[in-house]
Amino acid sequence: MDKIIEIQDIHKTYRMGDIAVPVLKGISLFVGRGEMVALMGSSGSGKSTLMNILGCLDRPTSGVYKLDGELMSNLSADQRAMVRNRKLGFVFQSFNLLPRTSALDNVAMPLTYTAGHLSEKEARRRAAEMLARVGLGERLDHEPSQLSGGQQQRVAIARALINQPPLILADEPTGNLDSRTSEEVLAMFQTLHQQEGITIIMVTHDPQVARHAQRVIYIHDGLIVDRLPGQDDNQAEVRP
Amino acid sequence: MRYAQKSWRTFRTALKALLRNPMRAMLTTLGIVIGVAAVIAMMEIGAGSSASIQKTIAKMGANVLDVRPGAAASGGVTFGSGSTTTLTPEDADAIMRECSAVRAVAPLVHTRAQVVYGNRNWVPTFIYGSTPSYLDVQNWTIGSGVSLTNRDVANGNKVCLLGETLVRELFQGENPLGKEIRIKNISFRVVGVLGRKGANMMGMDQDDVIIAPWTTIKYRVTGATLSDANQSASSSSSSSVNTLSNLYPSDQPSLYPERSDVQAADNPMPVRFTNIDHILVSARSAGQIPAAIDQITKVLRERHRIRPGEADDFSIRDMAQMTEALTSTTTQMTNLLLAVAMISLVVGGVGIMNIMLVSVTERTREIGLRMAVGARAKDILQQFLVEAVVLCLVGGSLGIGLGHGGSLLVRMLLRWPVETSPAAIAAAVIVSASVGMIFGFYPAWKASRLDPIEALRYE
Ligand SMILES: Nc1ncnc2c1ncn2[C@@H]1O[C@H](COP(=O)(O)OP(=O)(O)O)[C@@H](O)[C@H]1O
Ligand SMILES: [Mg+2]
Repeated sequence: MDKIIEIQDIHKTYRMGDIAVPVLKGISLFVGRGEMVALMGSSGSGKSTLMNILGCLDRPTSGVYKLDGELMSNLSADQRAMVRNRKLGFVFQSFNLLPRTSALDNVAMPLTYTAGHLSEKEARRRAAEMLARVGLGERLDHEPSQLSGGQQQRVAIARALINQPPLILADEPTGNLDSRTSEEVLAMFQTLHQQEGITIIMVTHDPQVARHAQRVIYIHDGLIVDRLPGQDDNQAEVRP
Repeated sequence: MRYAQKSWRTFRTALKALLRNPMRAMLTTLGIVIGVAAVIAMMEIGAGSSASIQKTIAKMGANVLDVRPGAAASGGVTFGSGSTTTLTPEDADAIMRECSAVRAVAPLVHTRAQVVYGNRNWVPTFIYGSTPSYLDVQNWTIGSGVSLTNRDVANGNKVCLLGETLVRELFQGENPLGKEIRIKNISFRVVGVLGRKGANMMGMDQDDVIIAPWTTIKYRVTGATLSDANQSASSSSSSSVNTLSNLYPSDQPSLYPERSDVQAADNPMPVRFTNIDHILVSARSAGQIPAAIDQITKVLRERHRIRPGEADDFSIRDMAQMTEALTSTTTQMTNLLLAVAMISLVVGGVGIMNIMLVSVTERTREIGLRMAVGARAKDILQQFLVEAVVLCLVGGSLGIGLGHGGSLLVRMLLRWPVETSPAAIAAAVIVSASVGMIFGFYPAWKASRLDPIEALRYE
C-alpha cells in the first residue's frame, strides 16, 4: 500500500531549563494514502506534539519522518514552509480565521505564499469555488464574526483545501462545536475522504467522532498503545 | 510580471491589514503627517525667502560696491591723521577715470532733515546728495519728469527727485512736478519722480527718499560739515570755516571776510578737500567685482598717499558679501527649522515602531497561522515592513498636502514669499518611506522570528 506518512521511532523531548521532559517516547506508524485516521488519547498524552511534527511545524528530537516518500527530518525552515503550503492543510480547534477579513480573503490567504503566483482574479475564483464546496457559496463576503462556529470551521476547511493538498491534519476540529455542527464538519471530512481521496488525520477526545474514521490510533503517555486504559474491546484498533 | 503581481498582492495585504483598524492606523501615522507637513512647510517658506532675497539683490544691483571713509565705519567722524584725506568727489572722478572694471561711479552724501510742502511735513529715511550717475549705479529709473543734470551738480541747483513714498506723504495725489518743497528752509524744485523700488534687504523703504545734487545738499543743507550723523553737529558747524564756500555759496553767513583773489594767490591756504560720505561704484559685471576692488584700492591708496604696509583709510563693501551673508542666514534658519521638523519625524517613527510592536503581539496568532499555511520568515518580515512603509507613505502624502496647504496659508495671511519645492516633496516621500523601513524593521523582524507552534497557541 502507498504510504503517505511513515514515521519510525520518533522521540520528542522538551527542555525546561535543566529538566528534560520526554513527550513522545518512540512512536512508529504508517498512514496509507487516502486513509482517514483518528488519533485518540487523554489530554497531555502528546497528540498535538505528534501532529505538529507530522505537520512539519516542529522537528522531532530523534527519529525518521517521511512524508510522501520524502525525508522531512533534514529540511530547512523555508523548505518546510513550502511543504506545508503545497502538501498540507491544517484545521484547528479554534478555527484561526483572520478577524475582520472576508471568508473569501481568508480562504485565498495561503495562495499568497504559493510559489507559482496566480492572478488576483484566479485566486478569488478558486477561493469562491472552495467555499462553494463546503456549502458557503452564498457567504463569500461574510466576516468570521458574522458566521456560526460550524460555518467558521467550514471556512477553515476551505482554506486548508485551497492548494489541493493530499493530506489534511485536524487537531480537535470539533472541540469548539456542538454535536450537531460537529456532525456537519465530520460529514464534510468524510466526503473529502471518500470522493476526493484526501488523506485525513484527525485528533479527537470523542469516541463518537472517532467512529467516523476508518482506523483509530491510541496514544498514551507518548507511546502508541492497542487500547486505552479502561476501554472496552469493540473500540480496539484495527490495523490495516 | 509575476514580480509585479506579487508586490501588488503584498501591498494589498498590507493595506487590508491596516484597514482592519483604520482609526489606529490614522493615529499611528499622525506623527509622520505632522513631521512631513513641517518639513514641507519649512522647505517651501525657506525656498521662498531665498528666492525673494535673490530678487531683491538683483533689483538692488548686485554689482554695486560701497566705498566709505575708513573712520566712518566706526561711527565717529574724523579727518584722519597727517595729510591723509577721507573720500572726496575727486576720488570718485579718479575712480571713474582710471578703473577699467568700473561702469559708473556716484559720490554720495546723506542727511536727515524735515521736508515741508505746504502745511505738510515728513522726515524721509534718506536724503541723498549725488550726481546723475547715482540712478545708473543703483539701476533706478525716473518714473516721471526728468533726472538731475551735471549742470545741476556743478551749480548746486536747488532741484530734487522724489521717491514714491514722499510723493504720497507730501502731495497726496497732487502732481509734484515743478512744485517747491523745503528742506531746512531751503526751497527745492521737484524735477522728477523716481520709479518704485520697494523695500531693501533690511526691510527699509527705499522709496522714502529725496535725491538732490550732492553740492546742494552739502553746502546748502548741511553747511560745510562732514557730519550728517547728527543734526546738532551740523547746526553747530554751520559757522565753521569752509574754504569752498566761495565756490558753492551757502546760506549761512561767513564768519570771516572774504579773501580776494589776490590775497588767495599771494597766500595760498591748504585746500581742505570736501569730504563725501560714500562713493558708490558699479562694476561692469558681477565677475568684474574683484578686479574693480583691486583697481579702486590702488587708485585710492595712491591718491591718499598711503605707504605700502600702512592700512587703508577707506573700506570697500561688496554687496555680494552682504547678500551672501543674508542668504546664508536664511539658509541657516531654514536648516535649523528643518532639523526640528526632522526630529518630529523621528518621534513619529518611534510612534510607528511602538504601534507596530503592539500590532505584532496582537496578531501573534495570525502570524502563526500564516506560517502554518506556508509563510516563510522573510514573507512575514516583508509583510510587516510593507505595512509600516505603507503607513508612513500614507502619512507622508497627507503631510505633503497639509504642509503645502500650510505654506499657502502663510502666503495668503502673512504675505510671506513661498515657493513650491518638488525636491522637498521627493525628499518627504523618501524620508517617510525610510522612517517606515527603519522603525518598522524591528517589529517586523520580531514577528518573523516567532515560533509557529507557540504563535498559534498564543492567547
Ligand atoms: N513547548 C513545550 N514545552 C514544554 N512542554 C510542552 C511543550 N508543548 C507541550 N508540552 C508538554 O507536552 C505534553 C503533551 O502536550 P500535547 O501534545 O499538547 O498534549 P495533547 O495530547 O493534549 O495535545 C504536555 O504535558 C505538555 O505540557
Ligand atoms: Mg492537544
